[in-house]
Amino acid sequence: MKNLYDELGKDVRYREGLKACINCGICTSVCPAAEVSDYDPRMVVDMVQQRNEHTLRELLSSDTIWKCGECLSCKTRCPRGNVPCYIVQALRSLSIETGLFAESREGRKQLVVKRTVGDHILKYGYCVYIDEVSLDGYPEQGPVWEWLRENREETLARFNTSYGKEQAGTLRNTAGESLEDLKRIFDETGGTARFRKIEEFSAQKAAETGKQFSEGRDEYFNMLNDGEE
Amino acid sequence: MAKSRRNEIWEAYQKDIAEDHYYFARSCIRQNFFPAAEGLYLKILREELGLDVFDDPRQTSCTGIAYHSGVLPFETIMTVVARQFALMNEAGYKNFIVSCVTSFGIYVEVLETWKHFPEIEKRIHEALFNATGKTFEVPQNLVHASDVIYKFRERLADKIRKKLVYASTGEPLKVVDHIGCHYAKIFPEKGIGGAEFPYVLAGLIDSWGGAQVDYPERRHCCGFGFRQYIIKSNRGYSVANSKKKFESMAPFKPDLIIANCPGCTYFLDRWQYVISEMEEKTYGEDGFGIPVLTYEELAGLLLGYDPWDIGLQTHQVAAEPLLEKLGIAYDPAAKYRGLNGLKLNVPGQPAHLRSC
Repeated sequence: MKNLYDELGKDVRYREGLKACINCGICTSVCPAAEVSDYDPRMVVDMVQQRNEHTLRELLSSDTIWKCGECLSCKTRCPRGNVPCYIVQALRSLSIETGLFAESREGRKQLVVKRTVGDHILKYGYCVYIDEVSLDGYPEQGPVWEWLRENREETLARFNTSYGKEQAGTLRNTAGESLEDLKRIFDETGGTARFRKIEEFSAQKAAETGKQFSEGRDEYFNMLNDGEE
Repeated sequence: MAKSRRNEIWEAYQKDIAEDHYYFARSCIRQNFFPAAEGLYLKILREELGLDVFDDPRQTSCTGIAYHSGVLPFETIMTVVARQFALMNEAGYKNFIVSCVTSFGIYVEVLETWKHFPEIEKRIHEALFNATGKTFEVPQNLVHASDVIYKFRERLADKIRKKLVYASTGEPLKVVDHIGCHYAKIFPEKGIGGAEFPYVLAGLIDSWGGAQVDYPERRHCCGFGFRQYIIKSNRGYSVANSKKKFESMAPFKPDLIIANCPGCTYFLDRWQYVISEMEEKTYGEDGFGIPVLTYEELAGLLLGYDPWDIGLQTHQVAAEPLLEKLGIAYDPAAKYRGLNGLKLNVPGQPAHLRSC
């Protein structure tokens, strides 16, 4: 295994995010994740700042780094110019690259993210698409959304959108040429490799659970998404 | 403090917004969850303000939601952004409008990264060329969609038919503004008013006759949290943070919330429904919620557009109490109609949140 700090140091977000933390805790005091869980960005920065390989490995294998919501409120407030969220972004990337994400319950849920907003980008050109957002998966959408989806041909025509059409406008079909551009960019810049790693490490973990694992919203996906692991 | 010194300080909170000729980048969330909003935005810019805006069918997501949810490398999103700039160049434009606060934060972050690390920009030029054969130059001016409405707010104020006041008394409506974290918390100098005194929406409230509501959790996150919302079992994060805001603003009895970011608009609307279902609690008057509009929906309403043509029926929180307060006439029967007046079924009723 490569030296983890050497790998982390290659990430510009880590270099920009960690100047010198004085452990004042202002980041934690404004953090929405800390508001609703035991997440503590001050502790994350303190652990990373120790430059201990063992500690870093534990962090990369833990739920902790997945609890941040990336609102970046910490960037505004740190009196020393650190950005705990940037550090977390770099840690998350390294956790997936090393496969250590699959060692934590929250980390394993990255499969859900990859198979929804991630895959949607290459399928639709956008992270979100009305056809994929069912009330079953997103019950908080409520009855108005159910009505909109049921009647989308008629309502989206009333709103003068381009739903289902290959032309400029709201909710248009993204042209094949643009989707191919995205795919080639993903191939060139590590996006495709990142997705593959998520799938491969997830497949290994799924095998341990005995849950059906193939693609899309399979049994393993649903278990993770529903938090029933 | 001398007046000139004060002015110098405030200059740091201003922002250069191009006069005309913009390339428009769509939002993933806005076009799905409030599907009339972006068409309305373009209509206001083109027809009310006479501006030139190019709507490019080749443009795509910036991939920001996936990036901030931790599944994409920085190199990938930077190269997707570079492709958008290449498309803008090909279309002959130099000014870039971003229709989403998450995207706005992404674009600014990428540009700042390239400014401080030119070797990274060079690498992205190579990556984009290898992948697509495209080259690019960065925009001369990059703004969030609401910045343009803000810039022309006084011109719009001259055109609006209804001011943000109670029709019955002439008193100003009490309006909550929600800016969205990535508008100015990441790079405060890129947002009007910075992170401390964001004025992009407050300026609209002031110019159009309303009263700002200054409540304790005004700057708190809506609770999107990216992966914390995408993953079903993590959504407690999101609703809990929105609830913190509702509880904080409720004593001020706001008539309306306006939001900058498509995600924030969605969460502040839908979580009111969820809280009503979970706790039988509602935050508006008489069992209604507090209506949540985007800035262009508010502009469209005041300009006299039909509320159902601009998509206010796609919000879960009913807009009718707001329409009544503003004295805006509406046809209840036209609310759930399709194209050419086609009669559609009516949505189900929430158990506790009152709807019309």
